[in-house]
Amino acid sequence: MYLYPKWIRLWHVINAVLFIVLIVTGVSMQYTDKDQAALIVGFAKAVKWHNFAAVILTVNYIIFVAGNLFTNNGRQYNIKRKNFVSDLMTQLKYYAFGMFKGEKHPFPVTENRKFNPLQKFSYVLAMYVAVPLVIISGIGLLFPEITVKAVFGISGLILTDILHITMGFFLSVFMVIHIYTCTLGSKPTSLFRGMITGYHVSDDH
Amino acid sequence: MKLNTARIALLAGAVLLNVSAASGHFRFRSDTTAVQDTTKYVSPYAEQNESCLKCHGQARYEYTNESLGRQVKAMMCSERIVRRDEYYNSNHKSFSCTDCHSFEYEKFPHPGELRMEQKLNCLDCHGGDETYARYHFEAIDTAYRESVHFKLEEEGFSCWKCHDPHSYKINIRNNENLREAIRYDNAICLKCHSNYDQFQLLSDREEINILNTHSWLPNQASHFASVRCLECHTKVDERMPVAHLIQTKDKAVKLCNECHSQNSILMASLYKFQSKEQRRDGFFNGVIMNESYVIGANRNEYLNNLSLLIFLGTLGVIGVHVFFRLKKKVTHKSDKEE
Repeated sequence: MYLYPKWIRLWHVINAVLFIVLIVTGVSMQYTDKDQAALIVGFAKAVKWHNFAAVILTVNYIIFVAGNLFTNNGRQYNIKRKNFVSDLMTQLKYYAFGMFKGEKHPFPVTENRKFNPLQKFSYVLAMYVAVPLVIISGIGLLFPEITVKAVFGISGLILTDILHITMGFFLSVFMVIHIYTCTLGSKPTSLFRGMITGYHVSDDH
Repeated sequence: MKLNTARIALLAGAVLLNVSAASGHFRFRSDTTAVQDTTKYVSPYAEQNESCLKCHGQARYEYTNESLGRQVKAMMCSERIVRRDEYYNSNHKSFSCTDCHSFEYEKFPHPGELRMEQKLNCLDCHGGDETYARYHFEAIDTAYRESVHFKLEEEGFSCWKCHDPHSYKINIRNNENLREAIRYDNAICLKCHSNYDQFQLLSDREEINILNTHSWLPNQASHFASVRCLECHTKVDERMPVAHLIQTKDKAVKLCNECHSQNSILMASLYKFQSKEQRRDGFFNGVIMNESYVIGANRNEYLNNLSLLIFLGTLGVIGVHVFFRLKKKVTHKSDKEE
C-alpha cells in the first residue's frame, strides 16, 4: 500500500537528521563542561551547528505545515473528540497487553488512517505544539535582544531557555519512543523500510 | 554581505549606545554644557575647591585680563575639566584639590612650570598603608607591572589612564545595577580602545576595530552588554578585588565553556562579590541569573535530575517491552489481519 509520497519522505528524513544534530549539539551546550564525554561536542562548534540545523529545521517545518495545508496529508492529523480518550486507551492496552496475547490491531493502517490514535495524538503534540514552541523560543535565544526582558520579575531569557530545553527534551523523548514504536511493524524493520520506499509493507502482501 | 554590514552597523550602534549611556562618567565628545550638580555630598573643602572649579568645573570659564582691563570668556581644555558631579561622587571626593596638586595653583595665571608637575600614582598614597591592606594595592601593582599596559608607561600610561582620579569610583562591588556597572567598567577600556585619538597617545599601532576583532563572538552585542572586557582579557587573581593583569590577546579567554559551564570563570570575576549566592531555586551559579542567563552555567539541578529520570524511565519501559516481545516472540499482527 503506497502511503508516503516523496515530499513526506524527503521532509521526514531531513527532519530526522536535523533532530539528531539538534539534540546532540543542544545537550552539548547544556553540559558543556563535560566535553570529554561521548557525543558532547565543543561549545563553539555546538552553537554553530545548532544554529545552522535550527534554521533548516524551521524552513523544513514551514514546508511540512504548507504540505499538510495543501494536500490530503493534513487530514491525518485531525483529532476528533468522539472516543478520543477511549481510543487512546484501547491502543495503549494493545501495546501493553494485547499484542502479547496475539490480539488483532485495534486500528489497522489504511490509506485514510495512517496513524493509530496514539500516534496521531503524539504527532500532533510534537509537530503542532512542541516544534513550534521550540522554534519560537529558539528564535528568542538566537536574537536575545528581541526577547521579553522580564516576566513577573523573572528574566525573559531564563523562561525562554527553560521552555526551549524542556520542549527539546520532550521531542528527544518523543524521538526515542517514535523510533522504538517503529520496530512494531510486521517485522522490526518493515516500518523503517516503508518510510524509505513509500510503501507500507505487510506480511501477507 | 549586506546582512553582515547591517549587523556591524547594529553592533556599532549598540556599543555607541553603551558609551553614550556611560557618558555620565566619560565624555568622548566635547561637551560645552555644564553638568547639573546632583550630588548630595558636601565636601569639607567644597568652598576651597570652588576657587579651582569655578574655572575647571565646566567647559566655559571667565577671568579678568588685567592687561586688557576686562573680563574674558574662554573655553577650558577638555582634559582640564573636573566636573563637580563626578568628582563629588568619586572615591576621592573628600579631598581638597591641593591635597594632590601644588599650592602654587592658587596663583592665577598659574605658573607655567606647574605643567611639569610630577603626578602621584596610586601607591604613593595607598601603598604600605594598613588602612588599604584589604584592597591589596601592592598585588595590584605587581599584576599591573606584568600586564600589557605597563610596557606603555614610557608612552605615558599610568593608573590614571583607567582610573581617572577626579571621577573614578568603586563600581562593581557596590553597584546594585550590574548592567550599569558593566557599562561603566567597559567604558574605561573603550575610552582608548574605541577612540583612536586617545589610542594614538599611547600606541603607534593601527586603529583596531573591536567589532571586527570580536566578530567570532556569537551574539556579540549581548556579550558586550553582559560582561566586562576584563572577564576575558585579564588573568583572575583571587587576592585582589578586580584582576589587573591585562594579558595579550593570544591569552584572552576564547573557549566558550570557560564561562558557559558549571565552573564558570564569571563566578571568580564578574560575580565575585555576589558569588556567595551559589544556587538559587536549583540553578547552578544562580547569582548570574539576577542579570543574565548563561547557557551551560545556569543549568537547573532539579530539571536535570527530572529529565534524567524521565529519560531513564522511558528507556526502562522500552526495555521491559522488548523483553516481553522477545520472550513471547511477538510479531505484529496489524497488517496480517487487515
